[in-house]
Amino acid sequence: MPVRFPTIRPSEITPESVYLSRRALLAGVLAGAASTALPALEAPSPLPKLPYQPNAQLSVSEAPNKYDEITQYNNFYEFGVDKADPAANAHTLRPRPWSVAVQGEADVTGTFNLEDLLKGQALEERIYRFRCVETWAMVIPWIGLPLAQLLARFKPNSRAKYVEFTTLQDPQQMPGQRSRVLEWPYVEGLRIDEAMHPLALMVVGLYGHVLPNQNGAPLRLIVPWKYGFKSVKSIVKIRFTATQPRTAWNVAAPNEYGFYANVNPAVDHPRWSQATERRIGAPFLAARRPTLPFNGYATQVAGLYAGMDLRRNF
Amino acid sequence: MTVTQRYRYIYKPVIFVLSLMPLLWLACGLFGWLGASLGADPVKKLEHELGKTALNLLLLTLAVTPLRLLLGNPHLLRVRRMLGLFAFSYVLLHFTVYVVLDLELNWRAVGSEIVKRPYITLGLLALLLLVPLAVTSTQRMMRRLGRRWHSLHRLIYPIAILGVWHFYWQVKRDVREPLLYAAILAALLLFRVLRRYGRPALTSKSGSATAPGRT
Repeated sequence: MPVRFPTIRPSEITPESVYLSRRALLAGVLAGAASTALPALEAPSPLPKLPYQPNAQLSVSEAPNKYDEITQYNNFYEFGVDKADPAANAHTLRPRPWSVAVQGEADVTGTFNLEDLLKGQALEERIYRFRCVETWAMVIPWIGLPLAQLLARFKPNSRAKYVEFTTLQDPQQMPGQRSRVLEWPYVEGLRIDEAMHPLALMVVGLYGHVLPNQNGAPLRLIVPWKYGFKSVKSIVKIRFTATQPRTAWNVAAPNEYGFYANVNPAVDHPRWSQATERRIGAPFLAARRPTLPFNGYATQVAGLYAGMDLRRNF
Repeated sequence: MTVTQRYRYIYKPVIFVLSLMPLLWLACGLFGWLGASLGADPVKKLEHELGKTALNLLLLTLAVTPLRLLLGNPHLLRVRRMLGLFAFSYVLLHFTVYVVLDLELNWRAVGSEIVKRPYITLGLLALLLLVPLAVTSTQRMMRRLGRRWHSLHRLIYPIAILGVWHFYWQVKRDVREPLLYAAILAALLLFRVLRRYGRPALTSKSGSATAPGRT
């Protein structure tokens, strides 16, 4: 069954050349007219192209990582614990058709076909920094829609203080689930105000194309100011809750992985420093750079945590 | 061909080349030769593969004595020094990659990591303890140190424990592989404990004349 994302007539789609030049203009303005050399954001993906608009305002101006780096180096334990495992094993995942169950403290609940959920939603490209808790980092051009926009459709009620996201559990499709390295299914969650923040993105694509299985097809979260494990993949369930969800890594090792998991150079992982990070794909001896508070998104998101002790709420 | 010649011209060169293979393979990956690749994060790959090869060689070194006794072949001892020195070389390369390519010669970071991260402390301790063993590995040092040589080289036991522990502690979640190493090490150490205190069947009869000392 072919993917049918939002039905947009070809005439409505801005020609690539136009938006690329628009992007160049915007990026140039944003980068203080320093450099307008922009990477080609098309990649050798075998998957269908998606219609989207680049969101230059919410994108970083750094050059994205290569498509191969983003798709061959993944932590997705459902397909094995080695970072090369997901690319090798994720072909067993069947991302279409896909449905998402919406439950909990919301007026609109039920099980929705993903196509229906995405119908009429404009997709945008956002080039975000991505920081793994293991200290490696990338820059990734995601395609998706604001999480807030998607969640608003379910009309969460006033008791909805958190949103919980659950990954598919099916050892047939996800062979890594046959070993109990983590408690399956993988669960992640956000406080409702974090989920409604404009930077939180529900992702369906990468580099202009449909999201590859190993990157969390067909629907994954991206919360760019948090460590990567918060950005749960292959989501089948969204639940609005009054209490803080039990999240997978926090359950596995509560002293090492907190619920908040905001990128923070000042709070080390018990077994390694978070003060610096290594950019994947950077040349030897030039890959390590200081970790930025909230992964560089402090001006936008620090307010969410005003008055909180981030050392305790790590 | 005498046994000595066989070891000198066949077995030892073969083991030498085999021990170099992991390094050559990593070099292929680094330079993209023969279609090899180190993946998206070559630094971590180098670091981990060098470390694991060092542990493999360390365990092989420790397997020499049990094999020698179980197979009743005292000559096996002749390859042990080479295995041990290769283990040490891989440990040094592992540490060099860590300091140069991973921490990028940020000495302050090197210092604080050694102090603050127990698994780094353990690893460095293992490396430092290996230095006197490597230095005293020559025939001349063996002769000069006599009985003390054997006492000194028993350090290999704590070194191996530190090495496996270092591996175990740095793993994020899936500890199956380090536990496998730990199990093998435990078996190799248990062999020695049993041989010393336990069942007479494991006690060497044939080896003692040509292979002095309990190792």
